[in-house]
Amino acid sequence: MIAFLVRRTLLAGLTTFVISIVAFLAIQLPPGDYATTYVENLLGGSFFNTASALGDQATEDQIRRDLGLDRPVFIQYSKWAWRVVHLDFGISIEHGRKITEIVGQRLVNTVLLALGTILFTWVLAVPIGIYSAVKHNTAGDYAVTFLGFLGLAVPDFLLALGLMWIGFAYFDLSVGGLYSPEYLDAAWSFGRAVDLLKHLWIPAIVLGTAGTAGLIRILRNNLLDELAKPYVVAARARGLPEWKLVLKYPVRMALNPFISTIGYLLPFLLSGSVIVSVVLSLPTLGPVLLRSLTNQDLFLAAAIVLMLGVLTVIGTLISDILLVIFDPRIRLD
Amino acid sequence: MTETESSSVLSVRDLMVHYPTDEGVVKALDGVSLDIQPGQTLGVVGESGCGKSTIGRAILRILDKPGQIVGGEILWNDPEKGSGSRPVDLTAQEPNGPEMRAIRGGDIALVFQEPMTSFSPIHTIGNQMSEAITLHQDKTAAEAKEWSMELMNMVGIPNPPQRFDEYSYQLSGGLRQRAMIAMAISCGPKLLIADEPTTALDVTTQAQILDLLRGLQEKNNMAIMLITHNLGVIAEMADEVVVMYLGRAVESGPVDDIFHQAKHPYSRGLLESIPSVLASGRERLPSIAGSIPHPFNRPSGCTFRPRCPSFIPGTCDVNVPQYLALGGGQQKVSCFLHHSPSGVEEVSSHD
Repeated sequence: MIAFLVRRTLLAGLTTFVISIVAFLAIQLPPGDYATTYVENLLGGSFFNTASALGDQATEDQIRRDLGLDRPVFIQYSKWAWRVVHLDFGISIEHGRKITEIVGQRLVNTVLLALGTILFTWVLAVPIGIYSAVKHNTAGDYAVTFLGFLGLAVPDFLLALGLMWIGFAYFDLSVGGLYSPEYLDAAWSFGRAVDLLKHLWIPAIVLGTAGTAGLIRILRNNLLDELAKPYVVAARARGLPEWKLVLKYPVRMALNPFISTIGYLLPFLLSGSVIVSVVLSLPTLGPVLLRSLTNQDLFLAAAIVLMLGVLTVIGTLISDILLVIFDPRIRLD
Repeated sequence: MTETESSSVLSVRDLMVHYPTDEGVVKALDGVSLDIQPGQTLGVVGESGCGKSTIGRAILRILDKPGQIVGGEILWNDPEKGSGSRPVDLTAQEPNGPEMRAIRGGDIALVFQEPMTSFSPIHTIGNQMSEAITLHQDKTAAEAKEWSMELMNMVGIPNPPQRFDEYSYQLSGGLRQRAMIAMAISCGPKLLIADEPTTALDVTTQAQILDLLRGLQEKNNMAIMLITHNLGVIAEMADEVVVMYLGRAVESGPVDDIFHQAKHPYSRGLLESIPSVLASGRERLPSIAGSIPHPFNRPSGCTFRPRCPSFIPGTCDVNVPQYLALGGGQQKVSCFLHHSPSGVEEVSSHD
């Protein structure tokens, strides 16, 4: 087990290194860089204003030199990587602020929202999925399946708008955002945590419905396969009460695929939550990443992509370790 | 109540199990009757699909969906309660109710055909064995573990402390079946239903497992219902035999009578299709013509009639043969060669 952990951790480090290179290079792929974007914005966003463009060539070059964007890519990368190793992600070109400052709180919010969504999804999907499989092809199963497809089909942003309206009009809730104004910049306290929970449920429901519906379907099908297996019949023949044997044997088996996908939940939620975050004005990473990419804010975008990559790697590592604990058939060597 | 019925530990009467499907009703069991005596072995033989496994599952009330018992009785006569007690009709019990669950795994245990898939791959052998023990007996986890290891010793699993914490995939096929048997006998069942217990094993291991079952039977005075399509296993193990065809018992009797003077054409066909070491070279092995009819298209009259070499037109396709005793003996057969349609025994026996 220790050898396994050491090996996987080393591999995770290597993966992170590769991710950092890919992240850095991929962001440079679109034509132009921050300097071009900056000058274009200065000129009113027109590509055809050639006269002024020529005059501003000097400005553009100046910016490029100042930011070091004229150096070869691998030198840019090495300098950036060296700083990142020391947890210094540099300064956002666009905002002129330290990236750790811009991203820090939003990263925490993103992770909290993701955890809230996963929790919501699992708490709802696992019992419903089990019910749906055990009582398959009954009225209850059909009802749940219908609701599931409904959840899958309704667009997230529409659900967000709907829930906001209901919350605001009927329950007089402060909707949008993740904190009430008085807690926005406050230090962590019990009150702030409660306030967060009050706000978290709407985005968690919005982001979780599609996932819940999908999860119910997957769990139902996995479980239906497992319920027919001889070891379930054997457990029944031993005289085990039905609910106990369902939970102990087939459900444990059917949950394996879920454990192995924990690692992908975070990036999936982030990329899926951009529109919802904009609609609900959530202070998460999604909108910042979107904006940094459109503005070619190289260091900010690279920092966010790298952080997501690292979180995914950590998530995968956790799910691998959990799988080894949960499923003895996985051999360590 | 007849003599055999009152002395038997289990007696199945006209049991009917149907599987309603979208295409029609599959009659897996169509009025089967059999009796199992305490401490004896009843062999149940027949082709695949004749319903022999269904009987075992119906007795334990663990039929796969959508199967259901639509008629008949399963009378469980607990030998420990003495002869004065009334037998319990298992068909009247709630399938997952506490009474049925107490019988299942406690009084009647089942050994499955596939020892590989009958253990959960992610729980240890010991975990699953102890589970059965703590469920039916008043034992703590530590006592259950001790008893499990003793049982493993009893069934010939070497090094029980190590095996207790192993998973089914770490055991060989023979050891897995031994573990399965150890688990089945863990609560001292009075009836062991062994559903093709040796089919998935190689021949040497088969013999060992059969020896083991016989030894355990003598030691615990346990009745065994041995379900198999292997007549060699029956010859070696059984005291009584029931031959099944298409959800019905067509012939039954003491093992010697069945093997030496089978009356039903189907039983004879089965026996003739065993390869003999005395056969001369290049001789064709006799086989039963045709194959089992489609479940939705059962023949009228005697269901074996389309494949029967002794088919009597006008009788076998019109009347359903009754399952009757022969000449006051223990052998029973359902065939018009031996009974007239009115149930009277034919004088000219077809030997």
